Amino acid sequence: MDLQTITYLVVGATFTLYIGIAIWARATTTGEFYVAGKGIHPVANGMATGADWMSAASFISMAGLIAFNGYDASAYLMGWTGGYVLLAMLLAPYLRKFGKFTVPEFIGDRYYSQTARIVAVICLIVASITYVIGQMKGIGVAFSRFLEVDFSTGLFTGMAIVFFYAVLGGMKGITYTQIAQYCVMIFAYTVPAIFISLKLTDTVLPQFGLGAAMADGSGQPILDRLNQVVTDLGFASYTDHKGSALNMTLLTLSLMIGTAGLPHVIVRFFTVPTVRDARASAGWALVFIAILYTTAPAVGAMARLNLMDTIMQPTAATSGPEQFTPLTYSERPQWFKNWEKTGLLTFEDKNGDGQIQYYNDGNEEFAQKAEQWGWEGNEMVTVDRDIMVLANPEIANLPNWVIALVAAGGLAAALSTAAGLLLAISSAISHDLLKGVFMPRISEKAELTAGRISMGGAILVAGYLGLNPPGFAAQVVALAFGLAAASIFPALMLGIFNKSINRQGAVAGMLVGLGTTLVYIFVYKGWFFIPGTANLADTADNWVFGISPGSFGAVGALFNFVTAIVVSKVTAPPPVHIQELVEDIRVPRVSG
Amino acid sequence: MSTNGNSKAAEYWKANVRLLIGCLVVWFIVAYPLAIWLAGPLNSISLGGYPLGFWFAQQGSIYTFVGLIFFYAWRMNKLDRKFDVHEN
Repeated sequence: MDLQTITYLVVGATFTLYIGIAIWARATTTGEFYVAGKGIHPVANGMATGADWMSAASFISMAGLIAFNGYDASAYLMGWTGGYVLLAMLLAPYLRKFGKFTVPEFIGDRYYSQTARIVAVICLIVASITYVIGQMKGIGVAFSRFLEVDFSTGLFTGMAIVFFYAVLGGMKGITYTQIAQYCVMIFAYTVPAIFISLKLTDTVLPQFGLGAAMADGSGQPILDRLNQVVTDLGFASYTDHKGSALNMTLLTLSLMIGTAGLPHVIVRFFTVPTVRDARASAGWALVFIAILYTTAPAVGAMARLNLMDTIMQPTAATSGPEQFTPLTYSERPQWFKNWEKTGLLTFEDKNGDGQIQYYNDGNEEFAQKAEQWGWEGNEMVTVDRDIMVLANPEIANLPNWVIALVAAGGLAAALSTAAGLLLAISSAISHDLLKGVFMPRISEKAELTAGRISMGGAILVAGYLGLNPPGFAAQVVALAFGLAAASIFPALMLGIFNKSINRQGAVAGMLVGLGTTLVYIFVYKGWFFIPGTANLADTADNWVFGISPGSFGAVGALFNFVTAIVVSKVTAPPPVHIQELVEDIRVPRVSG
Repeated sequence: MSTNGNSKAAEYWKANVRLLIGCLVVWFIVAYPLAIWLAGPLNSISLGGYPLGFWFAQQGSIYTFVGLIFFYAWRMNKLDRKFDVHEN
């Protein structure tokens, strides 16, 4: 069977599975629609959280980011996992005890303020829509790459599937499909990684393979070898830190706080039966996430090494151009040709010798040396880092079914995250705005219908934005994390840990955190992301203390904390029943 | 709620905060001093084929985070029982 047929079969089988689950897990009450009836086992919820959290970006882009940035990409690995520690200890158990349906609902009740609730709804919707655009794009790309249909057909198919199970099943349907999607995704990610690790290092587990010696008989550790290969060609050392330590610290911290403050993740902990389950479930979620996140560094490093060795094959010589046998262009392998077609891999024969010289011509010292060798510039003009995970099985010559599996895995990652985000958006609209603010007396049945309609609407908006992605889609990801870190997380944490924070303090804190973060991002990325309106170029020299816009969330969060505490000190304390509410959520059950 | 219940709840809360501060100190030390600030010097030590600073940043920190959450959950379950606030 050819690759195309196998891919259709594998992807078709996974879609049938998702639809079957949806029909089995229909939601009949608002409780089931918003929080799966609070009856999900903590391990199952952990798995669903893993799928919810790991998006097309984690599945497709992260290993590529690591491959080309080496150590410096660790901020993403630590940021997107370390946030679960904050979630498990500072938010999840108490919000579960609170026992309602949404994040804005907690903020509205704790701060006895519709304004606070509406501010939270706005933050939630902006952060979630930003995120969902990327997922929709991921679905379209995966379809068009692997099934060779056009982007829009792919996107519509994906939308129809999500529509079916999310509208029908709500959180309940989404949870059970996410469990299936997690299994597909993790299998698709780890199988090629194990194959490649075995090939390069004779070690089964990629996590150990990355620390093992090369299987070529040299006994050299693979990371040593990689460092040598990249520095010999003028690239920066793989395992050393290149950028500013302050910026990396703040980026890691912003991603951690942002992760803990993203509503579609938090709401997953509303679905377990008890407070005790909420704590354990955060641990299980991180276990399932860690399986992928500890494999990614191996995938990245091994892909980089395979790529370098394929194009610039090392020889026995120790100096001069004889150290490498550059790949002859006319003899390039099939995967190279496949990816050239997409434009994500391009070659330009600058010195006209028919061979591919791949090196870092941005490194002046090395570029001069290369010139003496007759190299006239880096000839791998484009190597898009997003192709790393997708091309990896082909580069390593793995069987067709593995490649088909990777396509299904990428789709599972994008679909599961999209569904979780869409649920967060639709429940903010039907539960927080409609029932909470505009129509408090709406019946449960009508609210459930409203939830389904807003879910349908959210899917249409997301689909439209996926088809016509605003130019700023990539830049706004920093915004999503900035918003979650600077507005939502501090409001939730203070609401639980500090009884004296009142309405004025919380609203002022959220607005200050939000405002400073927005301004800092807009100054460098353009006001409302309109091209040409940036006040300063987005380069490290212009950043205040070298802090990049994506790293500012942690600073915004600090401003939020300070403002909320100071304003609460100078205004009237919260009413007694609110202080009792806080005392109540702090204990799993009242004793006695 | 009686005064007695109140002070017991306050004590439970204090014990919880102490425990989570301890956990967050470990979280902090692994993620920042070990994986970022001292990564340069630590990289001269190897763990198998891994430079140590690099290992903390791309492997060790994640394992530590997982361990910390389960440790916290386990200690809190014990605390819940001790203060008789556990769910059935």
